[in-house]
Amino acid sequence: MNRLLDVENLTLQFDTDEGRITAVDNVSFTLGAGEVMGLVGESGSGKSVTAKSLMKLNPDNAIYGDETKIILHLDGGPVDIMSLHTSSDLKVIRGGAISMIFQEPMASFAPAITIGNQMVEQLQIHTDMTAKKAQELSIEMLARVGISDASTRFKQFAFELSGGMRQRAMIAMALSTKPKLLIADEPTTALDVTIQAQVIDLMKDLVSEFGMGIIFITHDLGVIAQTADSVAVMYLGRLVEQGPVREVIRTPAHPYTKGLIAALPQLDDLDVPLTPIPGDIPSPLERPPGCVFNTRCAVAIEGLCTREIPLFTQVAQKHQVACHLYSEGDDK
Amino acid sequence: MSEKPLISVRDLSVHFGLRGGGFGKKPVVRAVDSVDLDIEAGSFFGLVGESGSGKTTLGRALLRAVPITRGAVTYDDGEVRYDLTTIQKAELKDYRTRAQLIFQDPYAALSPRMTVRDIIAEPLEVMGLTRTREETDVRVRKIAEKCRLNLEHLRRFPHAFSGGQRQRISIARALVSKPRFIVADESVAALDVSIQADVLNLLKSIQQEMGLTFLFISHDLSVVAHICDHVAVMYLGRLVETAPTRQLFAAPKHPYTKALLSAIPSLDPDDRGKTQKLEGEIPSPTNPPPGCKFQTRCPVAIDICRKQEPKLDHAGNNHNIACHRWQELLETDTK
Ligand SMILES: Nc1ncnc2c1ncn2[C@@H]1O[C@H](COP(=O)(O)OP(=O)(O)OP(=O)(O)O)[C@@H](O)[C@H]1O
Ligand SMILES: Nc1ncnc2c1ncn2[C@@H]1O[C@H](COP(=O)(O)OP(=O)(O)OP(=O)(O)O)[C@@H](O)[C@H]1O
Ligand code: SF4
Ligand SMILES: [Mg+2]
Ligand SMILES: [Mg+2]
Repeated sequence: MNRLLDVENLTLQFDTDEGRITAVDNVSFTLGAGEVMGLVGESGSGKSVTAKSLMKLNPDNAIYGDETKIILHLDGGPVDIMSLHTSSDLKVIRGGAISMIFQEPMASFAPAITIGNQMVEQLQIHTDMTAKKAQELSIEMLARVGISDASTRFKQFAFELSGGMRQRAMIAMALSTKPKLLIADEPTTALDVTIQAQVIDLMKDLVSEFGMGIIFITHDLGVIAQTADSVAVMYLGRLVEQGPVREVIRTPAHPYTKGLIAALPQLDDLDVPLTPIPGDIPSPLERPPGCVFNTRCAVAIEGLCTREIPLFTQVAQKHQVACHLYSEGDDK
Repeated sequence: MSEKPLISVRDLSVHFGLRGGGFGKKPVVRAVDSVDLDIEAGSFFGLVGESGSGKTTLGRALLRAVPITRGAVTYDDGEVRYDLTTIQKAELKDYRTRAQLIFQDPYAALSPRMTVRDIIAEPLEVMGLTRTREETDVRVRKIAEKCRLNLEHLRRFPHAFSGGQRQRISIARALVSKPRFIVADESVAALDVSIQADVLNLLKSIQQEMGLTFLFISHDLSVVAHICDHVAVMYLGRLVETAPTRQLFAAPKHPYTKALLSAIPSLDPDDRGKTQKLEGEIPSPTNPPPGCKFQTRCPVAIDICRKQEPKLDHAGNNHNIACHRWQELLETDTK
């Protein structure tokens, strides 16, 4: 598999009225062309912020760590994303090489412009398509994501569509530029499962057609199991586990990942009570020292987990976990 | 179930006019079309179905938050009885204290400039339900405690909270006016599973404690299976099947419900490609197909399905199905 993306030591802080928040802490991962990586984790753990960093879409109060390195490998050679500053620099990646499906579908459509005009406008910025061609392609993409009456919907405003249609329109818009890297932030939460299956199939088609790489953020582990090649698990700004999808879902290593899987409502037994991970995720203003999960971990090691940050340990091929339970006595 | 329904819906339609469409008749979206539904007092009623099938619109109609095109919705909690199609202003004001919406998005729903205390107190103040600040404070503290928010939380601003905590704030805000009926539209969709389980357990225990009735709209069928006692399935503005939860999940009878349940993504990576896919055109709500609304995608449609609209059949045990072939299919299912 050809390399598509390298993220090294991504650290990102925000200056806020209440102090400096660490939203992403030293995160590293790689993605190959045609690979689908699932990114899961507690709400507030930094998934969206990580995704937005890849396009430098975070607001002005964002401060990137000095060692942060993000390299996108394109046909014309590697692009160092951290070195892009002006909007003309960034044009290469925004909407061109990288497309993002945002978590908030309402926010990504301007309220006073029709869905169609936004799609066409976007295509014309990033390609040299004529308006007519762009319109045809947009309507075709709307139909491919399962929107009936695509040419009527094309003329409507975002508020006139149901939640799921809005989400699909956004997916259609993101895919229409045929990006190299697609970042999909909770793209199917508003969809019923039959449409979800259709949209996922479409994404997979594009993966094999163009070798598109996907970072798929979702809290639906079922969707991950059915679509992703690899999974990365985040908690409070850190990656705590990563590996091939089968490995991580069948034999999760980190206590947080285990808790996440145990909390899933199972369909085959409706009598088992739902078991949340006890406690709340700490505020990013009060990040615990040592392992960030130690305040909620049932198996934390006294004196160690509250003090030292666990490093990544390999538990199986390509399967890594950052937890002291595994690093004990094993210094690699 | 012998309880009287809290909400009773008869032949309800909600249509939206659309712009454009050129000459002649303006297109109309039949978002909700001829729906009959009873929601028993004290039930946790699930509403699932196709995206765009009219679930949100139906929920909003029950809160009288969209204009009702045709039909009747009555609310009867033993104390008051309202006909929502003819309800007057003063009654509507009272109804708003009895029926509440829990928002989907715990991020957008909370004003960043208000403290958590003020956010929860706002409905009391807007509706004039309390006279003094002390009285308001008591009510806010009580409900906050039920939602596991402490005094220190109340003084802070919402952006300092995690998704699960924010959702508990929205729940407290929806419950502070002591409503009887709650519409929760995708209320846990934005939450990750560990928080989701926590919020669901909270909703369930509050429901039992306060005797609430819920309409729970969700795409997540496993969640619905765990939390709801009754489920209705919508497709293109219509109800296609309603049943007690266990019955529906153990033996779905409508072909759409069957497809829906089979499409739930399995946690086993080796199940890839095993779900039953629906082929065919997704029909448009402005131009629904004749006959059964599902016939364009139904794997077992026959001639009559394309001509005649199936009625909602009572199959006993509170199980209703709108399909010409459900009985016939029972035999092939058990084979
Ligand atoms: N513009 C900002 N200013 C200050 N803090 C921010 C900003 N954007 C995000 N944060 C904080 O960064 C942290 C990570 O947020 P992020 O949105 O990435 O979480 P997430 O993992 O995507 O959560 P969810 O699953 O709820 O979408 C949170 O604590 C959030 O409050
Ligand atoms: N204000 C409006 N103006 C015009 N059409 C509308 C309006 N609100 C909803 N609709 C249409 O009504 C239909 C039903 O929408 P609704 O939001 O009720 O669906 P839903 O079942 O909640 O879907 P989802 O699962 O995607 O949220 C859709 O075709 C939608 O476009
Ligand atoms: S009525 Fe016909 S088309 Fe409709 S669900 Fe039943 S078999 Fe399928
Ligand atoms: Mg997010
Ligand atoms: Mg909806």
